[in-house]
Amino acid sequence: MDAVVGRHWPAGLTRIPYWLYTDPDVLALEQKRIFEGPVWNFLCLETELPTVGDYRTTFVGNMPVVVARAEDAELCAFENRCAHRGALICLDDSGTAKDFQCVYHSWRYDLRGNLRSIAFARGVNGKGGMPADFDMSCHGPRKLRVTTFCGMVFGTLSDDAPEFTAWLGPEIVGRVRRVLGNRRLEIIGRFTQALPNNWKLYFENVRDTYHASLLHLFFATFRITRLSSGGGVLVSETGEHHASATLAPPQGKDSSYEGLRSDKASFRLADPSLLGMHDEFHDDIQLQILSIFPTFVLQQVHNALAVRQIVPRGVDATDLNWTYLGFADDTPELRAHRLKQNNLVGPAGYVSMEDGAVGGFVQRGIAAASEELSVIEMGGAGAETQETRATEASVRGFWKAYRAHMAL
Amino acid sequence: MNAETLFRLASLNTDYANCIDADRLEEWPGLFLEQCLYKITTADNHRRGYAAGLVYADSRAMLTDRVAALREANIYERQSYRHIVGMPALRGGGDITAETPFLVVRTMRDGRMDLFAAGVYLDRVREDGGSLRFAERIVVCDSSRIDTLLAIPL
Ligand code: FES
Ligand SMILES: [Fe+2]
Repeated sequence: MDAVVGRHWPAGLTRIPYWLYTDPDVLALEQKRIFEGPVWNFLCLETELPTVGDYRTTFVGNMPVVVARAEDAELCAFENRCAHRGALICLDDSGTAKDFQCVYHSWRYDLRGNLRSIAFARGVNGKGGMPADFDMSCHGPRKLRVTTFCGMVFGTLSDDAPEFTAWLGPEIVGRVRRVLGNRRLEIIGRFTQALPNNWKLYFENVRDTYHASLLHLFFATFRITRLSSGGGVLVSETGEHHASATLAPPQGKDSSYEGLRSDKASFRLADPSLLGMHDEFHDDIQLQILSIFPTFVLQQVHNALAVRQIVPRGVDATDLNWTYLGFADDTPELRAHRLKQNNLVGPAGYVSMEDGAVGGFVQRGIAAASEELSVIEMGGAGAETQETRATEASVRGFWKAYRAHMAL
Repeated sequence: MNAETLFRLASLNTDYANCIDADRLEEWPGLFLEQCLYKITTADNHRRGYAAGLVYADSRAMLTDRVAALREANIYERQSYRHIVGMPALRGGGDITAETPFLVVRTMRDGRMDLFAAGVYLDRVREDGGSLRFAERIVVCDSSRIDTLLAIPL
């Protein structure tokens, strides 16, 4: 019954045993059942591969992956592992190529990851070489099915993954379109944050609407809190995806100063120009954090936009790949504003820096507690959409999806 | 002239490193002009022409805000830096421009020490009321991978 030997997990979504964050067997099982399972993993952005031959390397869980634009302009993805002895096929982060040649013994692959030639296949001077019946078409790295949506590229290793937008559901699709719409993306920065914790601690943090006003004191300290702000959290049917939103104060007018309270003891920003919001989405949502199971985050904090990819590096190490975004049709003023607002996010972000550290606090705190349980009961025991952010519904949604995928 | 400029630049860098390493962060914004650009980026972003930074401030007031946030708002574990700053290589131009290599060792409260960052400062420096101040300091880190978080400025 318990797939992880000797481990027990009480039924339900409100108790999470800490061995899930520390046991290497769990990570190995996650690779098989989640990352290589019936999900769509974020791979990269279409704008990174504009022309035939462009490629980029990425990850699906801990599996190294190559994404390339093949001759017919189709995007292809395959495991970055040579079919011969397993070396990386592609050593660079990105570039343009006609084909890929493994450096170890020069086996050569086309842009789709098909094995095309083997060095000295017929031997030398009639001696050595591969067996005459060796069939190159039976050998090659594993291939992914690829789909694109709003300029993003996702891939799956499973034949059972549902059609992508059906998998997201109409509400999440709407929330992605709301931000990325039919606009041409432009990358404006790319950074990696090395987190000292299990990947799930970060994904939970992203979906944890409860901590935001408690851990992150930047807005409160500078009296930028909007006490009247509404919002809520949307959790998809299966629990896999979520979108949380913070709304503008009533009246819908946005000014950075309106929320300010006169309080002698409080601090004020000497340069408030990083606040405020250019109305580019034409609605009341000032802040939207959206996650797609298992490792993707789309962030809109006012006009600071980014996608984040979570890459597990071990039970207690995770890479968080940030790609800061703008749009090709940004006015110079809007672009300048995005550059300032990026101060809120990323490894040095007034808000996000704390999320980079807090997972490590948990990972260290639970060092001797693998059989103990964490408590997730804010807002009840369910994982349904709620009209408040004072809930852990979305975190429970993650565990609902996790249990289903892991069969745990 | 060049020797004097070099000496003044080196002592500006010494002040800069000292403000940060000795936790006198409140003095750090004063080393910049009121209108300035301070940006922390990485070699890869710089090469690709990506404009965003990890930290991006286009006024001295924004630097003051950074310090105030670190002091009053942000939660991060106690840590300190030790800057080792190399000799500036002077570049031509109207303002004084220089490229200066640096290393930063980070020491955490539990004693763990890491080589936290290495890179170059790309500087534009100007005379301002008898002192040299930064009109622009672009911190270009060699690596795009930041361990845990970047709280204290580089
Ligand atoms: S491992 Fe790639 S050719 Fe031998
Ligand atoms: Fe957070």
